[in-house]
Amino acid sequence: MNRAAALKVAGTIVLVLGVTLTPAAHLAWFAAEGALICTVVLVARVPLRQLLRRLALLSPFVAGAALAAAYGSHGGDWRILALRSALCLATVIVLSQTTTITELLAVFRAARVPALLLTTLALMHRYLFVLADEATRMSRARTARTFTGGRRFAWLTAASVVGQLFVRASERAERVYDAMCARGWKA
Amino acid sequence: MHIPDGFLDAKTALATTVLSTAGLAYALREVRNELPPRRIPLLGLSAAFLFAAQMVNFPVAGGTSGHLVGAALVAALLGPSAAVVVLATVLIVQCFLFADGGILALGANVFNMGLVATLAGFGVYRVAQRLIPGTRGRVAAMAFAGWCSAVIASVSCAGQLAWSGTVPWSVALPAMAGVHMLIGVGEGLISALVLLAVSRTRPDLLESIPTGQSTRRVRSFVVLGLLASLGVALFVAPFACPWPDGLEAVAGRLGFGARAIGPSITAPLENYRVPGLSSPGVATAAAGALGTLVAFGLAVGFSRLVVRGGGPSKSSHI
Repeated sequence: MNRAAALKVAGTIVLVLGVTLTPAAHLAWFAAEGALICTVVLVARVPLRQLLRRLALLSPFVAGAALAAAYGSHGGDWRILALRSALCLATVIVLSQTTTITELLAVFRAARVPALLLTTLALMHRYLFVLADEATRMSRARTARTFTGGRRFAWLTAASVVGQLFVRASERAERVYDAMCARGWKA
Repeated sequence: MHIPDGFLDAKTALATTVLSTAGLAYALREVRNELPPRRIPLLGLSAAFLFAAQMVNFPVAGGTSGHLVGAALVAALLGPSAAVVVLATVLIVQCFLFADGGILALGANVFNMGLVATLAGFGVYRVAQRLIPGTRGRVAAMAFAGWCSAVIASVSCAGQLAWSGTVPWSVALPAMAGVHMLIGVGEGLISALVLLAVSRTRPDLLESIPTGQSTRRVRSFVVLGLLASLGVALFVAPFACPWPDGLEAVAGRLGFGARAIGPSITAPLENYRVPGLSSPGVATAAAGALGTLVAFGLAVGFSRLVVRGGGPSKSSHI
C-alpha cells in the first residue's frame, strides 16, 4: 500500500477533526492550524487561484448561518463557523489536489472497504469524464440543430439529454461487463 | 445540501457515520446477493451518469439555473439498495476529489442524500405509482417522489444542524424545509421529465432494471427504511415534537401513576393552551401537510400536461 497516501488521508482527518473540536474561544489555535495548512498549501504547490476561488464560494450553508446570525438568533457565531469550514475546506482541497483516485482506492482497500464499493468507485471515476463529455456533446448537438424556444422547450430538451444519457450509460455498462469478463474479471 | 466540515459537532458526525456505514454495508450486501453479475458495472456507470447529469443545467426564473440531484430518480430506476450504493459512491467521490461536502460530514451527507432521500423517494414513488395507472401514473409519482425526497432530506439535515448546536431548530427547520420545498418542485419536474424521456426511448429499462426477486427488494427497502427513519427520528424528535413538555406537565399533575394512554390524549389539548411553544409547531405541521397536498396535486396536473392519453405521444427530442 502507498504509505504516503495513507498518511495524507489520516493527516487530513486529524486536521479536520482538530479544527472542528477547537473551542470557539481559542483563536490562537485557529491561527496555528491556519498557519499549518498554509505551509502545506505552499509546500505542496497547490494552484492558489483555484484554491482561493473555491474558498470564496464556501457554501450556501455559511451564507445561511450568516443570515441566521443577522436575525439575532442564539446559534453559534457564524464568523467562527465560516473560519472553521474554510480551514477544513482548504485541508480537503490539498488532499484532493495531491492524491490520485488510484492512491485513494489503495487506502480504502487497506481500510477494508468492501470490494463491490471499490469496483463501483473505480468505474465511476473511469467513466465520469466520458459521460460528462457525452452530455456536453449531446447538448451541443441539440443547440446546433434546434432554435432555442421558451423555457418549457429548454426543460424538455435538457430532460431528454439526461434521459438519453442514462440509456447510453446502461448500454455502456453491458459492454463494460463483457470487456471485464474478456480480461478475466471475477466478482 | 452538502454539509461542509465545521458545521457538525463530534457527536452528530459520529452518530451519522455509524448510521450511514450500517446502511451502506447492508445495501452493499443486498446488492451483491440480488444483482446478477452482469449488472455490477451498472452501479459505477449509474454513479458516473448521475454526476454528469448534475452538470446539465435547467433554466429557472430570473436568469438562475438549477440541476438535478437525482436521489429519487436513481431509486426509481435501480431499486432502493442499488440507489443507496450509487448515491454513496457519488458523495464519496465528490468529497475526496472535488472537496464538495466535508470529510467528517461525509457520514451525514451519505445519510441525508444517500439513505433518507433515496428511500423516501423510492417509497413515495412505489406507493403513488399504484394510484394512477400507466405512464401518467409513473410521471406523477416520480414528480411527487422527487419533491418529497428533497424536503424530507432537508428536514433531516436541519435536525443534524440543530443537534450540533450550529443553527437553532426554530431557524434551521423553516429555512431548510422552505427552501427545499421550492427546490423540490424543480427536482420533481426534472426527475419526471427524465423518467418520461427514458420510458419513450427504452421502456424496457424501466421494467427490467430493478432486478432480483421483489420480496427481497421489499425486505431490503423495509430494513433500510427503518434505519433511515430511526436516524431522522433521532435527529428531529428532540426538537420537532412539542409533546414531551406537555407530557411531563400532565404526568406531573396526574401524579406518578398516570398510564401512558392518559397523557398522550390530553397532551395535545394541554399544548393548545400554551401559546408560545406549541402553536408554531402546529402551524409548521399544518403548513407541511398543506404543502405536501399541493405538491401532489401539482404532480398529478403536471403528468396530465406532459402525457396525453396515457401512452407515448411525442418522440424524444434527441
